[in-house]
Amino acid sequence: NHSRFFSDHIPSSKMMFPHTTPTLSLVVLRKRALSQYAWWFVFVGVSLCLTNQAETGLPSAEEAYNFFTFNFDPEPQEDQHKGRLKRRPRRGEGEGEEEEEEREDEETETEDEDLFIIDQSARDFLEVTRAECMEYSTRVQREEELLFTPSTRPVPAYSKLPENVQPRYLEEEGLYVGERPPVSLSNQNILENRILIIYKFDVLFLCLHSIAVALHCSVELGVLSISAQTLTSKHMNRYTVGIGDSQGDYQLDVDVSGLVFSHHPLFSREHVLGVRLAQLCDQQLSRQHKDLNRLLSDKVSGLNGLRNTNEYRMCFIRHTRRLRDAEQEKDRTLLKSIIKVWKELKALREFQRFTNTPYKLYIRKCVEQASDELEQEAEVQAEVAELRAEYTEDYETKMSGYRGQLEEWKSWRRKEKVLKKKQKQRKQLSRDEEDEGSEEELGEEPVKPEAPEKPDLAGLEQQVRKKAAKIRRRPGEPVLLPELTTAGPVTPNEQCPRGELARREDVTKRSLYIKVLYNDKEVSRTDSRSLSTDFRVHFGQIFNLKIVNLPESIKLQVIYESIGSSSSQLAEVCVPIPESSVLTGTAPSEELEFSSNQRVMFNHEGVGSDVPFSFAADGSDRHTLLTSAKLSCCVSWAVGEGGVPLAPPTSQPAAGLHSGLRQRDAIACIGASGLNDMKKLRKWAADSRLDPNDPNNASIMQLLSVAVPDYFRLEQLQEEFNFPSDGELDRSRRFRLLRLRSQEVAEFRNLKAIPALEREISEKVFEDYECRLKEVERVDAKDHIDGHRALVAKYLQKVRKSVVNRFLITKHHFILSDLVIEEEIPSIGILGLNLFKLAEPKRPLKPQRKERKKVTAQNLSDGDIRLLLNIIRGYDIPVRRPNASKPVGARKGSRSYGDPFTSAHSSQTALQGSEWPLGQPVIQPFVEVSFQRTVLRTSTAEGPNPCWNEELILPFRCAPSGDYSTSSLQAVRDEVFINIFDEILYEVVEDERERGASVHTRIERHWLGSIKIPFSTIYLQSRIDGTFKVATPPVLLGYSKERILGSEGGYDAVRSPSEGTFLTLFVTIDPQLVPGDPIREKKFDTQETERLLLACELYEKDAHRRFPDRRCVTTVVDMNGKTVFVTRFIRPLTPPQELLDAFPNSPQETMELVARYVSFIPFLPDSVSFASVCDLWSTCDQFLTLLAGDEEEHAVLLCNYFLAMGKKAWIIIGSALPEGPTAYVLTQEHSRYLIWNPSTGQYYGQYDTFCPLQAVGCLINTDNVWCNIQVYAAPMRMSFDVTKPKCWKPFFSRTFPDPGLSSVQPEYLVYRRTDQTAAAELQDRIEKILREKIMDWRPRHPTRWNRYCTSTLRHFLPKMELSGGREVSEEHRVDVLIGCLISGFPLHLPFSEIRPIIEAVYSTGVHNVEAPSVEFALAVYVHPYPSNVLSVWVYIASLIRTR
Amino acid sequence: VNMTSYNPSVFLLMVNGQIEGANFPEYDDLYCKYCFVYGHDWAPTSGLEEGISQITSKGRDSSRSLVWNFPLDITFKSTNPFGWPQIVVSVYGPDSFGNDVVRGYGAVHVPFSPGTHTRTIPMFVPESTSRLQKFTSWLMGRRPEYTDPKVVAQGEGREVTRVRSQGFVTLQFNIVTKDMKKLGYDTTSTEQAPAMHLSRTEQPYGS
Repeated sequence: NHSRFFSDHIPSSKMMFPHTTPTLSLVVLRKRALSQYAWWFVFVGVSLCLTNQAETGLPSAEEAYNFFTFNFDPEPQEDQHKGRLKRRPRRGEGEGEEEEEEREDEETETEDEDLFIIDQSARDFLEVTRAECMEYSTRVQREEELLFTPSTRPVPAYSKLPENVQPRYLEEEGLYVGERPPVSLSNQNILENRILIIYKFDVLFLCLHSIAVALHCSVELGVLSISAQTLTSKHMNRYTVGIGDSQGDYQLDVDVSGLVFSHHPLFSREHVLGVRLAQLCDQQLSRQHKDLNRLLSDKVSGLNGLRNTNEYRMCFIRHTRRLRDAEQEKDRTLLKSIIKVWKELKALREFQRFTNTPYKLYIRKCVEQASDELEQEAEVQAEVAELRAEYTEDYETKMSGYRGQLEEWKSWRRKEKVLKKKQKQRKQLSRDEEDEGSEEELGEEPVKPEAPEKPDLAGLEQQVRKKAAKIRRRPGEPVLLPELTTAGPVTPNEQCPRGELARREDVTKRSLYIKVLYNDKEVSRTDSRSLSTDFRVHFGQIFNLKIVNLPESIKLQVIYESIGSSSSQLAEVCVPIPESSVLTGTAPSEELEFSSNQRVMFNHEGVGSDVPFSFAADGSDRHTLLTSAKLSCCVSWAVGEGGVPLAPPTSQPAAGLHSGLRQRDAIACIGASGLNDMKKLRKWAADSRLDPNDPNNASIMQLLSVAVPDYFRLEQLQEEFNFPSDGELDRSRRFRLLRLRSQEVAEFRNLKAIPALEREISEKVFEDYECRLKEVERVDAKDHIDGHRALVAKYLQKVRKSVVNRFLITKHHFILSDLVIEEEIPSIGILGLNLFKLAEPKRPLKPQRKERKKVTAQNLSDGDIRLLLNIIRGYDIPVRRPNASKPVGARKGSRSYGDPFTSAHSSQTALQGSEWPLGQPVIQPFVEVSFQRTVLRTSTAEGPNPCWNEELILPFRCAPSGDYSTSSLQAVRDEVFINIFDEILYEVVEDERERGASVHTRIERHWLGSIKIPFSTIYLQSRIDGTFKVATPPVLLGYSKERILGSEGGYDAVRSPSEGTFLTLFVTIDPQLVPGDPIREKKFDTQETERLLLACELYEKDAHRRFPDRRCVTTVVDMNGKTVFVTRFIRPLTPPQELLDAFPNSPQETMELVARYVSFIPFLPDSVSFASVCDLWSTCDQFLTLLAGDEEEHAVLLCNYFLAMGKKAWIIIGSALPEGPTAYVLTQEHSRYLIWNPSTGQYYGQYDTFCPLQAVGCLINTDNVWCNIQVYAAPMRMSFDVTKPKCWKPFFSRTFPDPGLSSVQPEYLVYRRTDQTAAAELQDRIEKILREKIMDWRPRHPTRWNRYCTSTLRHFLPKMELSGGREVSEEHRVDVLIGCLISGFPLHLPFSEIRPIIEAVYSTGVHNVEAPSVEFALAVYVHPYPSNVLSVWVYIASLIRTR
Repeated sequence: VNMTSYNPSVFLLMVNGQIEGANFPEYDDLYCKYCFVYGHDWAPTSGLEEGISQITSKGRDSSRSLVWNFPLDITFKSTNPFGWPQIVVSVYGPDSFGNDVVRGYGAVHVPFSPGTHTRTIPMFVPESTSRLQKFTSWLMGRRPEYTDPKVVAQGEGREVTRVRSQGFVTLQFNIVTKDMKKLGYDTTSTEQAPAMHLSRTEQPYGS
C-alpha cells in the first residue's frame, strides 16, 4: 500500500514543488520510489527548499495543507530519523548537491536491502554510521574549487587586455594625468585579480568599450581612474584657493541682438499657423542644406557597388539603407505637412477675411530628367536583390537550426520507443520505479520542430516598390521645393474686425527689454523695445562687462512691459559661459529658445498662452500653446588692445564652473583658521563681492565694517577706555583739580574733599594758580619794580620748578630707616653712658631742658601749634636823651621838670632819678612780639638792662591750606618780629586841680629795635636759645646809647664789637614738631670723581662720628642739582670797582663797604624757595643775577671778594644765632681774626662775646677744607690757625693731595651799572605805597603829612647811606625839632620786594600814634649799587606839635 | 530740603564691625591697635579713627584663638572713591622678657559694597637687617618697627623692607553706603544677590 500511495502521489508531489530546483525534485522522486519512509526525505526536501530558496515561491496554502495533514502512518522511529536529519541543514548550501549524491548512494544501498527484506520494521532500516569526516586534503581541495583567493601579485598586462590591443600610457605620451588617490599596490592587484576572475567573460566586452572611452588598460583601472578624477577635481576645487583669481582685467561682451517669438499670447490664429509654417520651412531648408538623403543614397550605392559578401558589410549596408529610408520618409512627410499648413493658412485667411501675416509659400516644381526613373528602378532592383539574399540567408540559418532540432526530436522519439518497450517489461515486474527513472532521464518531450517557411521571394519586389512609393516621390514626379516669403500683404487695421483691431492695439502697447544678470546681479539692461506686429524684437545692443570675479552665470531676463500695467518677467535665459577661446568677432550668435508657462487670456483675437484654442469654427481640434521665443544673443570674451583676449587663462577650464562654488564657500576659501583672521575674511568678502544690501549678508557685512579696521592697532582697547576725550578731561574742572593735586602743585597739594560734582567747583579755584603761572611770564610792575627783577623771578621759578621736580623724584626714594625703626647695635660707650645715667640725681639742682616728645605733623590741626617765646632780658637798650625831655617839660608847662610820669615804677623812678642827676628820664622798655599779625607784649621793665623773664604764647596758623605736613611747615615764610619799645607815659591832665583826684595819662611807645626770626628757622632748629643782637636803627631820635654818656662824640674807628643792644631769648614751638628730614644729597648725580666722593664720605663720616654737632661740609649741591666739591666755589672775584674806589685809603672801610654790598643782596633761604629741599649753592654770577640767596651764597661771594682784595679769607661752616646752621666769613688781619656775617654785613672780633656765631664746624677756602677737631667749637675758645694739625683736620693731605679741582665760579663778574632813574622811580613808588599803607592802617584817624619834615629827612637819608649806616651828626634834627615832639627812625633794608618793606614799617608801629595833632613824615631813599643791588632807606617819623 | 530734588555732593560710607580676633600660633597676651588711612577727599564724620584694644589671652579651647571683639564704628564722607579707606591693624604683645613688641602689621581696604564682609588679614613684621641686630633686638626687647604703622597701607618705599609673616587677624565689617549711586559710583554688583555677600568669606591662607 505504501508503494501505491507513493505512486498515487507522485503527481501531487510534483505539483507541490513546482519551483524547487530540478535536481532536488529529482532526488525526491528517486527516494519516493525507494522507501515507505521516503516521505521524510520529501519533507526534508521541502524544508530545504523553504529554508534555502528564499527566491522560490512557497507552495500554495492548500497544497501545504494537504501535504501536512495527509494521513500518514505514525512513525515510531521518528527520533532516530530526526537525529539524522538534523545534520542536514548544517551543511553548506553549496555542498547540497554533492551531499545529495552521497546520500543517494547510501540510500541505494539501504534500498537494495530493502528490496529484499520487505517487511522489516523501521528499526531495521536504521544504520548507524560513523560521523562523516572529510579528509583535510580533500576539503582543501574542494575549498580550492569553491573559494577564490585573489593573488596579490600584479596582473600581467596581457591578461588585462584583449588580444591585439596595445596599452596606452598617457603619462608617457606627455599628457597630464591627475594624481590618483593613494591605493596600496597590493590592494590594487587584489582587485585586478578579482575582477579578472569574476568578469572572466565580460571583461573583454567591457574592455572593448572602455578602451575607446576611458583610455585605460583595464576595466577596474578605468573605474578607479574615474573615481580618482572626481576625487581630485573635488580636491582641486576645494583647496586650490587663489588659482584662477582674476588678476588681469577681463571683459565679457554680451551681445543681445534680438528676440523672435515662436508663440505669443497675442498671436492670432493666423500667426500660429504662420509660425508653424515658417518653422516647417526652416526645417525643410536645413534638411535640404544637409541633404542627408543624398549622402546616404550615395553611400548605399557605393557599398552596393563593392558587393563584397562580407557579412559585416552586408549588415552595414542594410543599416545605412534603413537610415536613408527614414530620412527620405521624413523629407516627404515634412513636405506634406508644409503643404498642409499652407493650405490651412490659406483657408483661415479666407475664413477670417483678412491677412495678418505676410507669409506666402511658393512651391517650385523641378522636373527631373529620365535618368531619374532609371536610377530609381536600379535602386529598387538592388534593394530587392539585397533583400532576397538576406532572406535566403535567413532561411538557411533557420533551416539548419530546424534540422538540428529535428534530429534531436527524432532521437528522443527513438528513446521513447525503447523506453516504452522497457515499460512493458517492467510492468510485468509490476514495478514502476524503473520507468520513472527512465522517464526522468529522457526529460520532457521536445516539441517537434516545424520546418521554416520558405521566404516569399516573389513578393519581395512588390514590397520594396510599395515602400518606395510611400517614401519617395514617384518617378517622373517633379521635385517640390517650398519657398516661404514674407512679402505678402497684410490687411491694414481699418479693414479688420474689432477683435483683431483690439489685438493689434494690444500688440503695440507691449514692449520688452532684457536685463543682463552677471553672477545673479543685474549689470545692465537693454532699452525697452516695443513689440512689432511680426512679434520680433530687435535689440542689437552689446554690453561690455568688465569683470573682476570669475563668471558663475550669465543670465538674460526678458522683462515684459505693457503700458498701463506693471512689468513682469517673462523668462530667464541662462547663457552658457563662453570658453576662453570664444572671442568677440569670431563667436557665432546663438539662438536660445525659451518658453514661459504663464497663462494669458484675452478677449480679443489673441490666442493667449496656455489656453486651448481651435482653428476650426466648431471649436474642435483644440491646441494649447505656451509662450515661447528665441533669443538670439552672443556672449564672448572681448579682445583688448593688440588683439589680446581679455579672458581668463585657458589652463583653468574648470575654473569658470567651480569658481562660483569656491567663491561662495567662505570657509573653504579662507580656511577654517582664517575665520579668526579678519583680514582674510575681509579679503574673501571683497573677492566674492557680497551684496551689502542682501539681508543674508547683513551680519557678515556688519562684522566686516565694524570689527575689521584697515589698520593695525597696538592697543586695541584704548579707545574703549577713553571714556571722555582728552579735551573733555582737560576742560573738566574737577579732573583738573584732581590732577593738579596729584602733581603736588603747591596750591592744590593739600586740598581736601575735592567736590564730586563739576558744578560745585568754581572757576575761581584756579585763579591763583593761573595767576602764578602767568606771573612767570608777566612783568609785574608793582611787585617787581623793574623788569630785571621780574626776569630774575621768572628764572628763579624755573630753577625752582626743575629742582623741585628733581627732589620729588628723590623724595620717593626710601631707605630702610625711613620705614623701619631699628635699634642701633649698642656700643660699649652708649652702654656705659646709660649706666652713668642711672647714677644721675633724680632732681638735679640745675635741670637741663629735656627733649620733649616729638609730634608728627600729620596729626595737627589749626590751633594745636603754639609759638613759645621766653623773653628773658635785654642789654644795652638805648636810653632817652636828656634833651628830649625838654620839650616834654616845656609842653607840660605846669611842671618844674619834665619827668615823664611813671606810675607803675615810681620807686624805681626815684632810685634811677637819683642816678641821673641831670634829670634824665629812665627808659621803660617792653618787648612786643608780633607773629602772623598776632601781637603780644611783655610787661614794661625799667632801665637799659631790663629783665622781663616772661613767656609769650603765640598761636600758629599754618598756610591757608591748613596743611601741617613737614613740607608746608617748612615753606612758611612768616617771621617773628621781636620789637623793643620804650613806653612813655604822659600825663594829660589839663587842670592842675584835678591832679590829686584823677590820673590821666597817655601812653606813647617808641620803637627801639627789633629782631626778626623766620619761622622756618624756629621750625628747623626746634628751639632758639641765646642772646641776640637787636637790629637798631642807626639813628634813634631822642635816644642814645648809655655809653655815649661817658665818651660822647669820640669812638674808635673800629667800633667795639659788643656795641649794640642785645636780647636774651628762648623761642620754641609747642608741641615739638619733627623737623623735615634733610635730603640725602648723595643721591644726586655728579661730575666729581668716584674717589673724591668716597673720600668726602669718609671724611664727613669721620667728622660726624667725632663731633656729631659740628657741621662739616665737603660737597654741596649746585643749582643744577649736581653734587660739587665745595672748594670749587671759592675763587677770588673782584668786587665792583666803585666800591673799591670809595675808600682808597682805608682798606678796612672798603671791606666794610663790600660786606655791606653783599648784605644788600636780598636774603632768601633755600628752604623757603625749595621747600623741603636741601641747601643749594649757586655760583656768584648766578647769585648776582638772581639777587637772592641764603647765607652760603652771601658767604661765598663775600669770601671771594675778600680773597680778591688780597685778604686771607675762609668760609666758616657752623651754626649761629638765630639762623642756626649757617656760613660766615673769616678773615685774618695780621694776628686778628674777624668774623663776618655776610647777611648783615656785620663783623665781629674773635673774642666778641656777642658774636652770633656759636660753633665752628669747618673752614673752607680755595685749597682745602679743614674740619674743626678742637675740643671747643665756640670761636672765642678756639684757634683759627689751620696749620695746626691738632686743631684742624685738612681734607686734602699728603696722602690724598688736591687733584687740582677747577672752580665752578666764573673768572670775573660782570657788573651792570644800575639805572639811577629806575632807582628814583622805585623810590617814589615805595614812598607812595608806604604812605597809602600808613593811611590804611589808621582808619579811624586822619593822617597828616609834614612836608617840611619829610623833605628834611629825605635830604638826610643819602648821608646815612654814605656814612655806611653809622650815626651821623645830629644837627639835622635841630631844625626839624623846632616846635615839634618828634619820634622816628630810619629803616635800612636790602631791596627785594616791597612787601618786606611794608612789613618792616608796620612792625615799628609808628602809625599807632593816636595823638590828635600827630603828623607824619616819611622819606624813602633808594641807593643803587652795581648789578641792581639796591639799598633802601625808609625814614619814618611822627611829629607832635608842641604849642 | 525737597527730597526729590536732593542732589548730594558727598557720599557716605558707614563702617561698623569688629576686629573679631586673631590667630597667632606662637604668641599670647596680645592687643591690637587700628587706624584708618584714607585719601585727601575723605573725612571721617563720626566715630573713632584710631583705637587700642584690650589684651587678650588665648582661650583654653582647642582653637586657641585670640578674641578681641573690638568694635569698629566710623563714618566717612567723601567726594571721590580715590583713597578709599583702609584699616591698618597692628598687633602688639609682650615678648619673653616682658617687653612690648610688635607682633604684626596688616591692612585691608574697607569693603566697597554694602553688606556684611569678613576679612582675614595676614600679618607681618619687619625683619632685622642682620642676625646680630636680630639678636640684640631680641635681647633688648626692641624689635624693628615701622616708623608709622600706616606704611603698610601704602606701597611706596616698601621695597626696602623685609618682613616675616606672623599670623592672621579676622575682621568683620558691616558696610552701609549712601548716595554713592547718585554720584555715579555703583559698587553693588547687579549679578550678585546681596545674600551672596553675606555668605561670602575669605579663607585665610593655608589655614
